[in-house]
Amino acid sequence: MTTTAGLLIRRVPAAWRRVVRIGALGALGQVFISLSGMPVRLDVREIVVPILSLGYLVVLAAPLVVGVLLGRRPEHSGFLANPPSNRDLVIGATTGGLMAGGGLSILALLLAGFDLRDPLINWSPQLLEFLSFGRGTGAGFIVWLVIGAGLGMVGGTLRLATSRTQKVIMTMALTVVAAAILESLVVDLVEGVKLEALVEWMYAPRGGVTLLGAAVLAIVSGVLSFVGQGRIKTVQARVQAMEGPKRTRVNLTLIAGVGVVMILLPLLVGKLTNELLANVGLFVLLALGLNVVVGLAGILDLGYVAFFAVGSYSTAVLTAATSPRIAPELPWFVALILVIFIAILVGLFIGAPVIRMRGDYLAIVTLGFGEIIRLLFLSDWLSGWFGGSQGITAIDGVDVFGLLTVDGTNPRRVFYLVLFFCAIAIYISWRLERSRLGRAWMAVREDEPVAEAMGINTVNVKLMAFVVGAVLGSFGGAIFVAKVGSVFPTSFLILVSIIILVVVIFGGMGNIFGVIAGAVVLIGVLGGPKQPGLLVEFSEFKLLIYGALLVWMMLARPEGLIPSARRSRELHQEEFLQDAWLRGEIDTDESNDPQTAGPTQTTDSDGGP
Amino acid sequence: MNGNPLLDIRGLTVEFGGLRALDGVDIQVHEGQIVSVIGPNGAGKTTLFNAITASVEATGEILFEGRTLLGLDANQVTSRGVARTFQNVRLFANMTVLENVMVSQHCRTKQGTFGALFYTKAFRREEAEIRARAEEILGFFGTRLIGFRLDQPAAVLSYANRRRLEIARAMATQPKLLLLDEPVAGMNPVESAELTGLIGRLREEWGFTIVVIEHDMEVVREVSDRVIVLDHGTMIADGDYHEVSSDPRVIEAYLGQGATTK
Repeated sequence: MTTTAGLLIRRVPAAWRRVVRIGALGALGQVFISLSGMPVRLDVREIVVPILSLGYLVVLAAPLVVGVLLGRRPEHSGFLANPPSNRDLVIGATTGGLMAGGGLSILALLLAGFDLRDPLINWSPQLLEFLSFGRGTGAGFIVWLVIGAGLGMVGGTLRLATSRTQKVIMTMALTVVAAAILESLVVDLVEGVKLEALVEWMYAPRGGVTLLGAAVLAIVSGVLSFVGQGRIKTVQARVQAMEGPKRTRVNLTLIAGVGVVMILLPLLVGKLTNELLANVGLFVLLALGLNVVVGLAGILDLGYVAFFAVGSYSTAVLTAATSPRIAPELPWFVALILVIFIAILVGLFIGAPVIRMRGDYLAIVTLGFGEIIRLLFLSDWLSGWFGGSQGITAIDGVDVFGLLTVDGTNPRRVFYLVLFFCAIAIYISWRLERSRLGRAWMAVREDEPVAEAMGINTVNVKLMAFVVGAVLGSFGGAIFVAKVGSVFPTSFLILVSIIILVVVIFGGMGNIFGVIAGAVVLIGVLGGPKQPGLLVEFSEFKLLIYGALLVWMMLARPEGLIPSARRSRELHQEEFLQDAWLRGEIDTDESNDPQTAGPTQTTDSDGGP
Repeated sequence: MNGNPLLDIRGLTVEFGGLRALDGVDIQVHEGQIVSVIGPNGAGKTTLFNAITASVEATGEILFEGRTLLGLDANQVTSRGVARTFQNVRLFANMTVLENVMVSQHCRTKQGTFGALFYTKAFRREEAEIRARAEEILGFFGTRLIGFRLDQPAAVLSYANRRRLEIARAMATQPKLLLLDEPVAGMNPVESAELTGLIGRLREEWGFTIVVIEHDMEVVREVSDRVIVLDHGTMIADGDYHEVSSDPRVIEAYLGQGATTK
């Protein structure tokens, strides 16, 4: 039996095997997404009224992606005996999409026929209704085949179009989806500037973009993208070609512009949006701190939440009247100075034992320390000091020179406070990166033993990274306390460490802008560990999506959203060298050793005697 | 030789498990000398360098300027004034040529976080000095590593230029003793002749004392005041090139037993 099957499989040409494999993966993915409960739960959020909800968007993505994947022309297809024609590719993509859609068709049949609610809690009549569009199982069965094949074909055809067309279509689709996701933000903003009329036609009364709005957005963005392509790159190149003071002036103007927008924005938006902005800012701050440790010095710290916790608890103890043991009730800014010292001490205390380890071991130990700190705050032993699981509550906000108080009831003020500290964190990262210390961090990241041999005290240098990270993390903690008005050990779960790390990796390790972009996208859209983002409906599936994003990111773009040039060089050394060679930048002393031909830079250990 | 040796190694032993990579080696290097270390593969030459620069544990005694190097960390050895290059080039590949040479001045400079954060006058002065010194050192290699190359990542350099940059990086630590591990390995005759000249100039112009591991006998003959031969972790000969090259034990070590009797 197996041999017959094996023979059969071998008789199928490789191209079809690929179609079947990717199609089946798409089908599995869709069934998984459906059974995760995402579509039914997300169905309430409209993207385009009345045709597309977030729930459908999630399941429809699979056949489209399958189509796009299968529409890719195999590399070096000129060498193949029968290179696939465009028609072949579209047929393949359509078949793949059909298979992916077929997964849901079969699921619909199974849902109608069996009851598996016991192990699969989302095996529900609602899911069947969702899949069959409320028109009976048979209809659902056929509709998904049709939709799957159609989307597969669209995806495949899209892939065959010129890159310019692809970009235009991508821009159009992304604009509409982005407009739907950013709805609350946009509405809030136009209400702030009293221009509601501008968007009234665009959004449906109960949320979602209207058909008219979608069409207009798509056309406008399509035209803009068609006309504007290449323009941005030209401008970028022109700015990069500038030198000295002129460049500095452009940079300063940009910084000033962003600063003004950041200062004006909170004035125009309402409380909820300000709350969101403050949350994003808090994570920008934390991510910038972790970026110093992970991105600049290359120390994989999985317990960064420890510094956040220490900052929070020490601020709470120093400022709150309700602190159990000692309650000096210092003003927040005075307490902050002490908090910085405490953070430095804790950074040294945690760093000292950890720093001598390398790689995986270091990561595991930091993971442990992150938990230890939380458990200490939770323990009965220290509950006399920190309140144990009761935490410390009723903490006053920040009193700014007796003029005003910054606390959670006024998210706008919290945002300004966060903004101020983000600016400090950006300045610190920026200055340190371009200093003797920053260079030493780079060297340690590249090759620690050699850095040591070149006279760098690697232990001290790495400890400095820990200390700087700890101080920035404690800033985050201090603001968090002022904002929330209470601290509990449950605010400092390991999850916080992981989410900050994901933000840093997703945005682009080692790049300040990347880290900020990562926090804005992830925390702003999906939400933080406990804070909701723009897609409030996602909060239940946040971790699933975080995980999927991280996996995808590692596969497709390990250097992050906005990578640092150096980091991406590290990750793509071979490709980078190839490109440099093509541009004629590779330096080859004529008549050199054959080793020059291939980059022979190795990082393995010295060969011994 | 008069005076105390700059580097005085006595009874140096390095063991890896049961294997004695170095077994009671005694070497003296006087200031201003260029000493070559030769020997067959596995003789313990690189281990000798690793022991001096504290990359491996060693017993015995290593005195540098009369003070022991044993028990120090690698970075402390470097700040005492011993710098090395590596047999398999180990540059910071993704740092630029300039940064490679700037970063190795770490132990000779001292501006810390405070200076960097407040962009103090002292910080700016030191940065300018570091940069100037780096450019001066790179200028030593002619036009190869300066100009547009300064801002290129080390990874794009040619093999020979990477070897040159390694030497530049070691020079930037401002050492008294320079340990070069096979500086011309993998180079063609023209390049290796050029680098041979460079080793001489390193002593004349920069005043380094140099210990060099080399397989190329042409280079060894050209540059060295003294040649030390290691075999199986012991020193079997020490003298000038002609003495050593006619030493029967050396010939035996290189060509195998019986070569001398024929």
